[in-house]
Amino acid sequence: MTDLMKGIRMGVDIGGTFTDVVLEKDGQQFSTKVLTTYIAPENAIIDGMHQVCIKASISPSQIGQIIHGTTLATNALIERNGAKTALITTQGFRDVIEMRTESRFEQYDLNLSLPEPLLPRQQRYTVNERVSAKGEVYHALDKAEVQALAEQIKTAGYESVAVGLLHSYLNDSHERLIRDVLNEIVPEVMVSISSEVSPQMREYERFNTVVANAYIKPLMKSYLGRLYGRLRDEGVGCNVFLMHSGGGIISIESASEFPVRLVESGPAGGAVFAATIAARYGLDKVLSFDMGGTTAKICLINNQTPKTSRVFEVARTYRFKKGSGMPISIPVIDMVEIGAGGGSLAHVDSMRQIRVGPESAGSEPGPACYGRGGARPAVTDADLVLGKLDPANFAGGSISLQTEDSERALVSELGSKLNMDAQTAAYGLVEVVDENMANAARVHAVENGEDLADYTMIAFGGAAPLHAGRLCEKLGVDRLLVPVGAGVGSAIGFLRAPFSFEANRSVFMRLSDFDTSMISGLLSELEQEARGFVKRCDKAAEILSEFKVYMRYSGQGWEIPVVLSSEQAKKPDMQTFKRLFEEDYRALFGRIVDGMDIEITVWAVNATTPSEPVEQAIELDRADAAPVENRRVMFDPALGVEQSANVVLRKNMEFGQTVDGPAAITEDETTVIVPASREAIMQSDGCIDMRVRAS
Amino acid sequence: MNKSTSNSQSRKSTVAKQVMWNRMISVVEEQAQALIRTAFSTSVREAGDLSAGVYDYDGKMLAQAVTGTPGHVNAMAAAVAHFIRRIGRDNIFQGDVYITNDPWEGTGHLHDITVVSPSFHKEKLIGFFACTAHVVDIGGRGFTADAASIYEEGLYIPIMKMAERGEVNKTLMHIVRGNVREPDQVVGDMHALATCNEIGHLRLIEMMQEFDLDDLQEIAEFILDNSRVATLEKIAALPNASATGEMTIDGYNTPIKLNVALEIKDDEVLCDFDGSSGVDKMGINVPLVYTQAYSCYALKCAIAPEVPNNAASLAPFVISAPENTLLNALHPAPVALRHVVGQMLPDVVYNALDKILPETVPAEGASTLCNFQVSLRPRTDAPAPKDAIRAEVLTFNSGGSGARPGLDGMSSTAFPSGVMTMPVEATEHTGPIIIWRKELRPDSGGAGKYRGGLGQYMEVGATDGHEFDFSAMFDRVDHPARGRQGGHNGAPTTIARDDGVAMQGKGKQFVPNGRRVKLEFSGGAGYGEPSERDPELVKRDFARGYISAQVAKTDYGLSDSDIAEINKALLLGETLGD
Repeated sequence: MTDLMKGIRMGVDIGGTFTDVVLEKDGQQFSTKVLTTYIAPENAIIDGMHQVCIKASISPSQIGQIIHGTTLATNALIERNGAKTALITTQGFRDVIEMRTESRFEQYDLNLSLPEPLLPRQQRYTVNERVSAKGEVYHALDKAEVQALAEQIKTAGYESVAVGLLHSYLNDSHERLIRDVLNEIVPEVMVSISSEVSPQMREYERFNTVVANAYIKPLMKSYLGRLYGRLRDEGVGCNVFLMHSGGGIISIESASEFPVRLVESGPAGGAVFAATIAARYGLDKVLSFDMGGTTAKICLINNQTPKTSRVFEVARTYRFKKGSGMPISIPVIDMVEIGAGGGSLAHVDSMRQIRVGPESAGSEPGPACYGRGGARPAVTDADLVLGKLDPANFAGGSISLQTEDSERALVSELGSKLNMDAQTAAYGLVEVVDENMANAARVHAVENGEDLADYTMIAFGGAAPLHAGRLCEKLGVDRLLVPVGAGVGSAIGFLRAPFSFEANRSVFMRLSDFDTSMISGLLSELEQEARGFVKRCDKAAEILSEFKVYMRYSGQGWEIPVVLSSEQAKKPDMQTFKRLFEEDYRALFGRIVDGMDIEITVWAVNATTPSEPVEQAIELDRADAAPVENRRVMFDPALGVEQSANVVLRKNMEFGQTVDGPAAITEDETTVIVPASREAIMQSDGCIDMRVRAS
Repeated sequence: MNKSTSNSQSRKSTVAKQVMWNRMISVVEEQAQALIRTAFSTSVREAGDLSAGVYDYDGKMLAQAVTGTPGHVNAMAAAVAHFIRRIGRDNIFQGDVYITNDPWEGTGHLHDITVVSPSFHKEKLIGFFACTAHVVDIGGRGFTADAASIYEEGLYIPIMKMAERGEVNKTLMHIVRGNVREPDQVVGDMHALATCNEIGHLRLIEMMQEFDLDDLQEIAEFILDNSRVATLEKIAALPNASATGEMTIDGYNTPIKLNVALEIKDDEVLCDFDGSSGVDKMGINVPLVYTQAYSCYALKCAIAPEVPNNAASLAPFVISAPENTLLNALHPAPVALRHVVGQMLPDVVYNALDKILPETVPAEGASTLCNFQVSLRPRTDAPAPKDAIRAEVLTFNSGGSGARPGLDGMSSTAFPSGVMTMPVEATEHTGPIIIWRKELRPDSGGAGKYRGGLGQYMEVGATDGHEFDFSAMFDRVDHPARGRQGGHNGAPTTIARDDGVAMQGKGKQFVPNGRRVKLEFSGGAGYGEPSERDPELVKRDFARGYISAQVAKTDYGLSDSDIAEINKALLLGETLGD
């Protein structure tokens, strides 16, 4: 922990529906949820801040640090409400962001619509220049041509310009020249260049990333400026930092310059939250499971560090299908997201199979049981009919649920077509949605060469505790933790995140051409760049550097990340690189390939402040049984039968007290379902610790 | 509510079967993903030219990975039965792995290697996993149409054991290594195929343990019954009718005629290619499995797109062609570039289907992938620089797809093939090639109420000191995509050197140091009368530069004043319709 991270701190997560605010003072947490105010998102923050300050009996001026994450950047890309933006690219390549991969993401739909590029063709300009795959200039850029283009940009009144030229990750001189000319002729226009925003090979991903950055930059810069001003007006004197998609924190200035790095920062906070719990329990293999109203997100956390990736896809337009969104190549926490949440709707397809999601009932009309006119069954309806939810006590009693409406919807949409009663339809529905999530987790694990049987699950988000127990059964996962504060997990995660920045670059090198001095030079350059960003946050902090290279056999298309120690990075050795690659390759795919040359494609350095020391949880064994509030009939999907289940109030559970499944542990925000196969212990930090029953 | 045990048992099993079907589709997807990550073949890893599936004891396909390309749909479905017959049931042991690249019993050419692994559970054979990938090289003349027979096209591996009881057949590996140009990669891919089957097998066994199954019989029946019923319902909803379709394409040296007779019956759809051209001298002949694959794919897209591929959902589509013709070429006809013709078949089938089901199918498109291979070497006409090298570079590219009834065609997007292009930056790292241009080709989409997708321009050269052979595999030079319902034709393919020297759409052609190949890939055809196009879309297309002022005026009737106004607005940064 750096000095800056001591004292009173506040985490703020702007989500699609709610803005979550968590304030931490002397180890105590105060949290609130306020509705997100789309037009001026800072209003919800100010409102929430006052609420938590009152709860904590402090004034805003006493807050020592604010960490903020937001979906605004993601939303701007989904809703296409960014700035008037132009792209300047290499002549002959005007349409890269429109031609995409020249493929269809769904093979059997004759009426497929491909997603429109962020910028239509008339907003894409070209210049006559060319850099080779070795980084040499084939055709030099003529400054006069750029000046003429800058005049055009000026006349057309663009607010923001993205510059993406071929092979600029190897030679950025032309991109810089264009930026210089634009700054001179149209200083009011914001310029983003691809060699800075995303210096990675593959033009479609890189151009799209720089375009996305330019597109949301004016909006985010203005928002962050306004937020800062409002906080100052309210007497807040501290620094404001931003959570980025890679799971760390950057300065407000860096965030304004590279707003594309804020995409998916909320879910990244959730992963950091889960990583903290993993550290508290000393768990090296954790599967984080975050299920809300419309989607579920799954992330692997090994050695208390969420797995990261170099590219991901946002704004999927077609049933969350891979390829239907736009690729963004930035360092990001690697998550799979599927359309499975409490509001996901079910139907029967032509094969008489129950299908669930990705269509969601949203908050209006909501699931049928809300009694607001929803006619189709949602996951929440099935949960209710199976007895997993108490109709009189949902969301702390704020919404009274109508079981008959759920049954009606289940029968009319599913039961009548499959000859099932309401309960069997509900059973089928939850089994299908749980299977969908389990399949997503399995495929993700396979892609990473992992076996989930060794994992512990950490569940958070409103709907996760209802489904996590069954998911563990399906995945063969023996242990599940449901932490306190699961409803505001992302915002808590922000408070646990280190200052960090990952710098990376594509440079090809075969091990047969291993160039020691070039490697140590490149890695040290990347290290300086990454550390610079962290220093902007905290000049005095201790900074650690993490080195990673992406390697593959020459001829393969997929690289695997290979972690280097500081020593290995500073004194690079070919045999060591080879050995590390082969170890990782074997772990992933079960074999190595003899005789093939190996190549390095991407080099990355992550600079980070050390993670906060975590107080280890004292793990309690089962003691006496927790007090039973009442009993209700609950359906157990693994057994396929109804059973009488204990209902326990989470707040009444003492440390060490145990609940045997089948049971429901209820709290205001959610209910933890303990299947018949499991038992749950209240741990000393308030976590519900669910394991396979001893018997 | 009745809570008797038998009721709850049957309830449990109904729900369990739904879950298991889901799981099996996920299992084969995991299998396919494992292959993508470990394969060396460019076409697999970058372009998704692969397929993976799980089969029951009888060799009937139960599920196929969504990832993959239609060329393998039916072909791989039929392959496992050949393996069972050739290997013999008595000769199938735990730990075995089988292999072939037989074009007639696999997936249509020697470059596709199919690997089948038997799956044992509790010491009993319960089913099979199979997967196919296009390997980098298979010896012979390479990936061209130049061979006169299959014997010249490369190494032929009849159905045989690649491993027996876990012991790899070293003799086979030696033979493969000795016969292909990239032995490490090809042998690497053979192992990748075997590994991906193994991953599928392990997941399947986990599922069987979880659901306490001894065999796949019951779940197979459930999957196949539901798929059959769903497919038959879709077919039953169609009128009983017959129609014929025809299309002529460039072919290699002489134009090729593709004729189909389509008949929709109560419970099946028949598709017969009698009347199509005979066997070609060049390697563009199509084994029946591949004819079936693309025809069946076309029909499934139009009739029952959401039913997953398996033995039952494919069975009602019956595809035939007379033996010893282009579309049912027999051994030893050369077949290396069977995709050039095969990928045209959906257009032919749709030509007929449109007469029975109007407003359903798209107009014709570029259809065949616009692939080319470049063989680079140090220049031979003058001293080459010291660092000049040899390299083989294969690229996948697409023209425009045909306009749909209600939607424009897709620009530079593969249909019917499911493959992706490679990034130019990645391609340029594989050899001394320079792609000078790769962008949309305005005015190439056929005019119509719905416009055809645009083709693309490409311009290809080599770095200084290199010359190259350019292997073209293009069609639609003389036979552009034809419009439907009054829609105009798409623009034809053109190919020439930058110094004006003419080039051919197919075949290996020499390009000297310093020269480039200029390509214009064909566009998709239009659908409906251009005069009926929404004027706002015409303006948008002009503003975006999808159509020139000339086409906007002559084909769509946009006025000079509108054109002037749009040009003015564009200078002021107004985007019009965007």
